[in-house]
Amino acid sequence: MSRFLDSVARCRWALPALVSAGFAFVVACEFFPILNDYSKVVLITVGINIILCASLNLVNGYMGEFSVGHAGFMALGAYASALMTIKWLPASFFELPMGVLFGGVVAALIGFPLALLSFKTRGDYLAIITLAFLMIVKSAIENISYLGGPRGMTPPVLTTLPWTFFWVVVTLWVIRNLVYSKFGRAITAIREDEIAANAMGVRVREAKILAFVTSSFFGGVAGALYAQVNFFIDPKSFDIVKSTEILVMVYLGGIASLGGSIIGAVIFTILLQVLQPLGTWRMVILPLILVLLMLFRPRGIMGMRELPWFVPARELFKRLRP
Amino acid sequence: MFFYLAQQTINALQLGSIYALIALGYSMVYGVLVMINFAHGDLFMLGAFACLLLAVLLPVHLPFVVILLLVMLVIGLLGALIERVAYRPLRDAPRVSAIITALGCGLVIENTTLSLSPYPQFLPTLFVSKTLTFAGLTITTLQILIIGVALGLMVGLDLLIRKTGFGMAMRAISFDAKTVPLMGIPVNRMISLTFFVGAGLGGAAGMLYGLAYPQISATMGVLIGWKAFIAAVIGGIGSIRGAVLGGFILGGVEVMAVAYLPSTYRDLISYSLLLAILIFKPYGLLGHPPNQKV
Repeated sequence: MSRFLDSVARCRWALPALVSAGFAFVVACEFFPILNDYSKVVLITVGINIILCASLNLVNGYMGEFSVGHAGFMALGAYASALMTIKWLPASFFELPMGVLFGGVVAALIGFPLALLSFKTRGDYLAIITLAFLMIVKSAIENISYLGGPRGMTPPVLTTLPWTFFWVVVTLWVIRNLVYSKFGRAITAIREDEIAANAMGVRVREAKILAFVTSSFFGGVAGALYAQVNFFIDPKSFDIVKSTEILVMVYLGGIASLGGSIIGAVIFTILLQVLQPLGTWRMVILPLILVLLMLFRPRGIMGMRELPWFVPARELFKRLRP
Repeated sequence: MFFYLAQQTINALQLGSIYALIALGYSMVYGVLVMINFAHGDLFMLGAFACLLLAVLLPVHLPFVVILLLVMLVIGLLGALIERVAYRPLRDAPRVSAIITALGCGLVIENTTLSLSPYPQFLPTLFVSKTLTFAGLTITTLQILIIGVALGLMVGLDLLIRKTGFGMAMRAISFDAKTVPLMGIPVNRMISLTFFVGAGLGGAAGMLYGLAYPQISATMGVLIGWKAFIAAVIGGIGSIRGAVLGGFILGGVEVMAVAYLPSTYRDLISYSLLLAILIFKPYGLLGHPPNQKV
């Protein structure tokens, strides 16, 4: 059995096949009544959470920083895309892709100075800077009446399952290729020891900027998708609680692992739906699961491991197993 | 104009002393374990709720001081219990696991309270406040009590840390945690005691906050707790005096921001201040950078 699983795991065509099948399924869902609207929204939420998780994992897992400001990038993406879809663009097929792209770009532009700040401090102090960033974004939006202030905005419902799936694939593809590139090694080296990495000739600043900007871009993309599915956004939807939720998913799934991000996001989102009858008690149970997981498996479900499908063939065979 | 400023200063002292008390808990724990105890804000919230339970449920009317001591004892024990159950097994694990566990514990406490009491509660009047007026300034006896109790606790903590064996052990652990056990100091017991004292101060702050602003809710731990955490960082996390300084600075800035600007700018200003301080003094006003070894 394990041999069979092993050969499936090492199959190089399995991932493209899965992606194509998935894409065929979501497109079919769009045209035929396979799923009801509720299941569709749950699946879209799963997709958005996968994007959030994978992009935060780049900074928190692969680079080993502790950013708590991911909901801030979400907010930037959500509001930028909402401006596009409500005020600036006429309704057309390109409304959503343009809005999402714009949301990502705005988030990436703001993510850049945050990367600059990370040159000066790291660890806990960087966590605090990202927290301050999150709070500043939230209260700035609350004070701009053009953005609706505390009352929020009501963007049209445009996000569809195929678009979400498309962005999930793009996110995972980009981050996977980044992680297994020269920059990926630089990012991992920074996590292990920044000073030593610097001494070995790793371009620490470039790698940090790249990681932060990529991460914030996809955070913005996820926010944009979120804004176009929920019908309503306000500054309160992007506060520290939202950031905590993303952190819970990332560390539940496991750090430095794209497979872990997918698993964490799926488990968290589905459990949140399944436990719906429990009301607010579900937010007691989920953190409790996380605490127990941390006590017995401090690196999360897939921590520091990867689904073999994501690992390039040349890496698979020379990998050291701890 | 001057009177208005002086009046606001009194309010700032009241808020600042509460922030300072909570910030002390963050800073003490960071000092000994180099870990941000994200559950601390929720212990602060539980302090207010414990006070509510003691004041409402008990048939006898306890005097103010007894309630304060009981709240500090209960919350302190709870803090030590959380350390024992959730943080100690992770002492050798990656540091971020402990932080995530702390976040998880905070969420569990907050949402349990929220599920048990979904609506904001009101703390009964424990202390009949009188308004004093002199030289045009009004100050209530409640404000004097809050500032007095907070300052008393801070002075007590300062004495505890500087004059007692426990304080010396605590300072030694934050100075060099690896060598301290070799000197025969029971590190685990000292860490438990640190959590007990820090959480007790947080609980006292929760009660004082409840006296000052009687509407208490399960989410106030997040709101006020994160603010106090910022205060600890402004002062330099890990530094006891820095936490007090940061608390009063943050309280002052917040009260003045609301006094002179629209109140919606309050968070914007306090967090921008935090960012500005961290850019120019990356380790806080009284903190020092950690030693980095390759």
